[in-house]
Amino acid sequence: MRRLKYWQAISEATVQCMEGDPNILIAGIGVDDHKGMFGTTRGAFQRFGRSRVFDIPNCENAMAGIAIGAAAVGKRPLVVHPRNDFMFLAMDQIFNLAAKWKYMYGTQAGVPVVFRGIVGRGWGQGATHSQSLQATFAHFPGLHVAAPASPADAKGLLVSALQGSTPVVLLENRALYELEGDVAEAPTPIPFGQGRIIREGNDITIVGASLMAYEADRAADILGEKGIRAEVIDPRSMRPLDERIILDSLRKTGHLVVADTSWAAYGFAAEVAAVAAEKGFAFLKAPVRRITLPDCPAPVSEPLEKAFHPSPMTIVQACLEVLQSEVSSVRGLRDVQERFTGPY
Amino acid sequence: MGISKEEILSLLRGMLRIRCLEETLAERYQEQEMQTPTHFSIGQEATAVGVCSALEQQDVIYSGHRCHAHYLAKGGPLLGLVGELYGREVGCARGRGGSVHLTDAGSGVIASSAILGQTIAVAVGSAWAFSLDHSRRVAVAFFGDGAVEEGIFHESLNFAALHKVPVLFVCENNLYSTHSSLAVRQPAGIQIYERARAYSLPSRQVDGNDVAAVFQATREAVEWCRSGRGPYFLEGLTYRWREHVGPLWDYDAGYRTKAEVEEWMARCPIKRLSEQLLRDGLCSEGELRRWREEIQQEIAHAIVVAKSSPFPSVQCLLEGTY
Repeated sequence: MRRLKYWQAISEATVQCMEGDPNILIAGIGVDDHKGMFGTTRGAFQRFGRSRVFDIPNCENAMAGIAIGAAAVGKRPLVVHPRNDFMFLAMDQIFNLAAKWKYMYGTQAGVPVVFRGIVGRGWGQGATHSQSLQATFAHFPGLHVAAPASPADAKGLLVSALQGSTPVVLLENRALYELEGDVAEAPTPIPFGQGRIIREGNDITIVGASLMAYEADRAADILGEKGIRAEVIDPRSMRPLDERIILDSLRKTGHLVVADTSWAAYGFAAEVAAVAAEKGFAFLKAPVRRITLPDCPAPVSEPLEKAFHPSPMTIVQACLEVLQSEVSSVRGLRDVQERFTGPY
Repeated sequence: MGISKEEILSLLRGMLRIRCLEETLAERYQEQEMQTPTHFSIGQEATAVGVCSALEQQDVIYSGHRCHAHYLAKGGPLLGLVGELYGREVGCARGRGGSVHLTDAGSGVIASSAILGQTIAVAVGSAWAFSLDHSRRVAVAFFGDGAVEEGIFHESLNFAALHKVPVLFVCENNLYSTHSSLAVRQPAGIQIYERARAYSLPSRQVDGNDVAAVFQATREAVEWCRSGRGPYFLEGLTYRWREHVGPLWDYDAGYRTKAEVEEWMARCPIKRLSEQLLRDGLCSEGELRRWREEIQQEIAHAIVVAKSSPFPSVQCLLEGTY
C-alpha cells in the first residue's frame, strides 16, 4: 500500500482501466493540456496520446450524446467536466437518454458512459462554479451517482464505473484533490451502494456526503476530546444509497446528523433524514439535524464565503445540540483549504 | 449509377408497406387500444425508404419522434412496431418505449427519441466510434426541420466535421414544427441544407417525395462517408398529411390550408412512382393489387399476434432500470 493524493488515485485508476480495456476513451475540454484536468487525465494522455484522449469543442450537450452513441456501439467513453456546473448543459442527454436507455428501449445492455464532474469550493469561485449536484443527479433512476471522499474511494469507484454497464456520474470535490491516503496498487472496484464506516462510535451518527465525510471525521476528533464517540459514515454513493449502513448505525447511536455540501431543500441530507424517519423512527432519540448550505447562491467576497460553507465546527456544534450536551470551549480547526493559494 | 428494375420495385413496395401499415394503424388507433402518442409518417415515406435502401445492414440509423417509417425502412420487424404500440412484451422495446422510442439492434435501428435533436449527437457518436475503429459502417441521423433550430444540431455538425466522422445527416423538411410554420421559426432567405455548408459539409437538397432521387443522392452520400471523407448532409422536402400527433386530419385547424394539404397529396410519392412504373410497363395493376393484399395480410396477422400477446408482467415493473 502506498500513499497517493486524491487526484493521483483518479489518474492511476484511469490509466489502469484504459490498459485493461481498449474501448475506454477520454473526452473533455482541455483533458490533454499541460494541466491535464488538475492532473487526473495527464497520465492517460502521456500513456495513450491523442488516439484515446480527446480535447473537444465546447459542446457539453452534444458531447454527452456523442458519448452515448459511441457507447451504443461498443465504446466506453469517460467524459470529464472541470466543474460539474457545466453538466447542466448536458442534462437532457444524461437524464432523458443515458439514464433511461436500458429500460426505455427494453434492451439487455445499457450505455456504459461515465461522467466525471469536479465540484469547486472556496477561493471566490462563486455561484456557478461551486455547486454540488449529487442530489440533482441522484433523483433519476437509471444512473449510479457517487462522490468519493478519499483517495482509495476515488480510485475504487472510478474502476467500478469504468467496468460496469450502467451510466455513472462521479462528483469529485476540488478541496479533496490534495488529500493523501493509502491506495492499493491493483485496480479493485468498489461497488456502488456500499457505504464506509470511517470511524466507529456509539453516541451519535454523522453521515457526510463528499467533502463533508472528511469534515465529519475531523469533527469527530474534536468530539472525541470531549468524550463523545461519534460514528462517521461516508455513503460514498448517493444512488444507490446504502441505507443499511446508516440504519445499523442509527440503531446503535439513536442520534443522527447529516452533513452535505449542497442545499437542504429536496437534497441528500433530506433523503437520509427521510430514510431515518421512515425506517429508523424507533431508533431515534432526538430529531435529525441537517447541515447544509445557507439558502442562497455561493457568494464570492471572502467573509461571505466563509459564512457560506459549513465547517467541521458547524458539525461539532450540531452534534452537541442534538445530544443536548453541556460541553463548551472546544478547540478550533483550520479550514480544509486554508493553505490553498489559487488561482484555479 | 442507374437504378435497376428490382431496386425501383423494391422502393415502391417499401413505401407501400409503410403507408398501408400506418393507414391501418390510424384507423385502429381510434379504438383506444393503442395508448401511446403516435406521429404518423403518412406522406413522408419516400425519404425513409430512399435513404435506408441505400444503406447496408450493418449501418445504423437514429430517428426522432416521427420514426415509424425509418424503423420499417431499415428492416425493423413489423410485429415489433405493432406490438410496441399495443404496449405488449412482444414490442421492439418490450412495451417500455412506445411509438417514439423504437429500436431494433439486429437491423441497425439503434434508437429514436421524442426530444428534438437529441439523437443527432448520438448518431455522430456512433459514427465517431466507427471511424476510430476504421470500420466501413455509416451512421444516419434522421431529424426534421424543427431540430435544426436546436443548439445540439450545430454542436453535432461542428464535431462531425471536425473529426470527419462517417455520419449522414438527413433533414426531412416538412415545413412545420408541430403547428408552427418555418416562417415563424427560421429567418427567410437561407435554406436548411445551406447551413450545413457553413460547417464545410457537402450538402444537397432533394425532392423528398421522389424516392428514386433520394435513393440516388443517398448512394452518393454514403459512398462519401464510407470512403473516410467525413459527414454528408441531405435535406428532403416533403410533407406530413395528418395531424402532428394522432391519426386525424387537421387542415381545418387553422395553421395550414386544405389547398396546401391537397397540393402535397397530389405529389404523393407512392402515387407518383406507381403511375410512372405502370406507364413504363415495369409493373402491372395486378401486381400492385397483389402487393397490397400481401401487405394487408402481413399487417392483419401482426395485429392479431400483437393483440393476443401478453402485456409485460407488473412484477417486472422495475426490471431493466439497472
